[in-house]
Amino acid sequence: MKKWTRRAFIGAGVLAGGTLVLGIAIRPGNRASKVAGYMANEGEAMMNIWLKIAPDDTVTAIIPHAEMGQGVHTALAMMLAEEMDADWSKVKFEEAPAVKEYANYAVAKGFIAGNAEFPKFLDQTIDGVFLTAVKSMNFQITGGSASVRFTGQQAMRVAGAAAKAMLVQATAEKWGVPTGELSVKNSLITHSASKKSITFGEIAPEAAKFKVPSKPKLKSAEEFTLIGTSKPRFDIPAKVTGAAIFGIDVDIPGMKYATVAASPVFGSKVLSVDTSIESKEGVIKIVNLGNAVAVIADGYWQAKTALNSLEVSFEINEKNGSSQADIVAGYKAEMDQALKEDNLETHLKSGDVHPVFGKASQVVEAEYQVPFLAHATMEPMNCTVWVKGGEAEVWCGSQNPLGVAAAVAEELQIDQEKVIVHNQLLGGGFGRRSETDVILQATRIAKEVDFPVKLIWSREEDIQHDVYRELGISRMKAVLDDSGYPLAYQSQFIFRHHPPEAADIPYEVPNQLIRYSSPSSLVPWGNWRSVDHSTHGFYSESFIDELAHTAKMDPLAYRKKLTASNPRFQRVLDAVAEKSNWTSPLPPNWGRGVAIHHSFGSIVAEVAEVEVDQSGKLKVHRVVCVADPGIVVNPDGFIAQMESGIIYGLSAAMSGEITIENGAVVQGNFHDYPVTRMADAPKIETHILASDNPPGGAGEPSTPVIAPAVTNAIFAATGIRIRALPISKTDLNISIQPST
Amino acid sequence: MTRLTINGKEFEVNAPAGMPLLWVIREQCKLTGTKFGCGISQCGACTVHLDGQPIRSCITPALSTEGKNITTIEGIAPNPDTLHVVQQAWIAEQTPQCGYCQSGQIMSAVALLDANPNPSDEEIDLAMSGNICRCGMYGRIKSAIKRASEALQSSTPNPIIP
Repeated sequence: MKKWTRRAFIGAGVLAGGTLVLGIAIRPGNRASKVAGYMANEGEAMMNIWLKIAPDDTVTAIIPHAEMGQGVHTALAMMLAEEMDADWSKVKFEEAPAVKEYANYAVAKGFIAGNAEFPKFLDQTIDGVFLTAVKSMNFQITGGSASVRFTGQQAMRVAGAAAKAMLVQATAEKWGVPTGELSVKNSLITHSASKKSITFGEIAPEAAKFKVPSKPKLKSAEEFTLIGTSKPRFDIPAKVTGAAIFGIDVDIPGMKYATVAASPVFGSKVLSVDTSIESKEGVIKIVNLGNAVAVIADGYWQAKTALNSLEVSFEINEKNGSSQADIVAGYKAEMDQALKEDNLETHLKSGDVHPVFGKASQVVEAEYQVPFLAHATMEPMNCTVWVKGGEAEVWCGSQNPLGVAAAVAEELQIDQEKVIVHNQLLGGGFGRRSETDVILQATRIAKEVDFPVKLIWSREEDIQHDVYRELGISRMKAVLDDSGYPLAYQSQFIFRHHPPEAADIPYEVPNQLIRYSSPSSLVPWGNWRSVDHSTHGFYSESFIDELAHTAKMDPLAYRKKLTASNPRFQRVLDAVAEKSNWTSPLPPNWGRGVAIHHSFGSIVAEVAEVEVDQSGKLKVHRVVCVADPGIVVNPDGFIAQMESGIIYGLSAAMSGEITIENGAVVQGNFHDYPVTRMADAPKIETHILASDNPPGGAGEPSTPVIAPAVTNAIFAATGIRIRALPISKTDLNISIQPST
Repeated sequence: MTRLTINGKEFEVNAPAGMPLLWVIREQCKLTGTKFGCGISQCGACTVHLDGQPIRSCITPALSTEGKNITTIEGIAPNPDTLHVVQQAWIAEQTPQCGYCQSGQIMSAVALLDANPNPSDEEIDLAMSGNICRCGMYGRIKSAIKRASEALQSSTPNPIIP
């Protein structure tokens, strides 16, 4: 494992006390008691911090990631069980508690550094830097499609291999035979010469006495027997019976309910609130939070009804009161200004575009725009907090439970050790549940009373007080050579968040200049599924399509030619051409569009087939998706993630748009922030091109590709080029609109 | 006090005029499988059956359901050891992702198959388009409905039991 070090793994707190005794000390003196709580069952020996082996052979993987439907618990447990050669039917999982021992060092390293591969000599330094960064930031984040890529590769597999090595060592010593004579299969260690065998559970207490090997040997991809097979997900049965408990479902004795209305205008304050309804039936307390008003009541409905009738006046702030057209005009003016003053940050400069632009005959220019987007997770925002004296307990579904603990501790001015976070299932994350704004609000409400309070946001609050995918603009310019291929490629875009490589193009263009600026914005920004890839996928895959059409070449063949030296791209493009029957004829008014993008370690190409009827009505009939994600742990789970990312991206592309009027979000619920429903969902066919490259992400990489695949298909069908999303803003009736 | 019949059991609840059935089911009866999603009958997460018909409990006053049979996701399995054929199909197709909308999806699907055991694709689209799934599992939901439909026709229930 090239990125794995002793500090990352053993330093995270390993080592059983060496016997089968309960309450085994883990890094004695360092919060051992909290971890010991997870060792409460008689007879369990903790091999290391990531797994337990019970006398009945049950292997429990302790997994430091939240389950939001991406199947992470199952996939990570599979990676551990693979290296252990454990009997899969006896493998279980527990989500790691939100204590620092589980701080997700591996994720932070991967997430912050993007997909960068570090030179070997830098390993120690980088590990040191990131370990420090993670400790200070209290990362335990599920995001960046990182669970399998980093925790799985760097922790779960290593832990499994280390555990197996210790079990084999202990068996060898017990029987007085060399370790090389022992074989392991299905949680059973066998010495074939003497026909002896012993189970994991039997030898586990003795194995705990051995030192954890610092660099256990991992399997090669050909040796996998579990990874690469589809296994039913652990979390599914409870989700079909109603038994699954999400954050909104927790029930704490004595709990009351709260709901909230924040100032509609971002950044403005509550001026006054009439608290006279406190005495009304069911209403317990009105809380003025400064920028929001909360009602605590016996139930959500009572709280919401009281809130609706509450007389509140909010500050009218001229500065914050801009509207959509002003915002877009302001961004564009700042882009012009930045260009005029040459005040742009450079993302990438290779060769020199300027002399080429100066002499060029065939210049193509286009400006693309994408809108603000809300997350609209199915489960509205919620959080239950109980503040009792100098301690607090929190129940929520979070992508970042350690961040929750830190935020609550800071708000209450108490030690983080005094905050217990009970992470629950997430009814959708998509980046929204990596934030702590709702948790802080719930804490501020709960500290006004001495009982637990469950804060539930209405859907309107969720849509109007989200942290939004930005309204982005990219101005693209290219020069084509005599054969029609780009000699120079330039883009100027707003804004850059992360990961930085989102703005890269995979195409071989000798002269490139990619620059960006960051105009001032009053609309709060947040991570939205695939983050900057969600904007750049649309910009660059639309523009390359325009270049292909300008050159009068097949858009798929054009992409192939421009990625000729990248065998992974070649393979994906060939496969998507074949699986979509790219060159086969389509009915009249139909079109096919292709797009490809590399994000979070996975290359995904999609071909969309659309129909635009005479009245301009658009139907996306079929999407063929081909992914090269390297090693695939649970193929059916991966396919489900591709399907999910496509529908999520399609919802946004078709109709997703948040607009601002007088400083406030206009939309409020699914009637005016519509999302894709079953009747509009295309048939999706996903094909995996697995390889033994390190596993790529699953949760995000199909999202950036769908918008350009569909808009490119619309162009093929109608000649109408959509340069501003959502598609619903463009009238596709070709009889009234000339092609662009 | 109001008496409601949910999953064959009697509940005494405190339901002031106008209080939607959803909040009574969740907060007073502690049946949290039925979900809050939008509050305005747009997403289907709160779907339950009222005398066998699918309704949106977020806009249905609890008082109006007195004397009727309410069925929630917790009440559709034929007995504690066997899942409903639709639930079995949902597991077989590995349908849920985050899972939050799935109680509502399953309740809509059960109502559809009760009324029409062999629905066409278009009939499935029509019956299910009031239920939003932000994880986008529409293809799997449709496959699961077809699997359940086949199981109902063959009258040998799919044997998958978690």
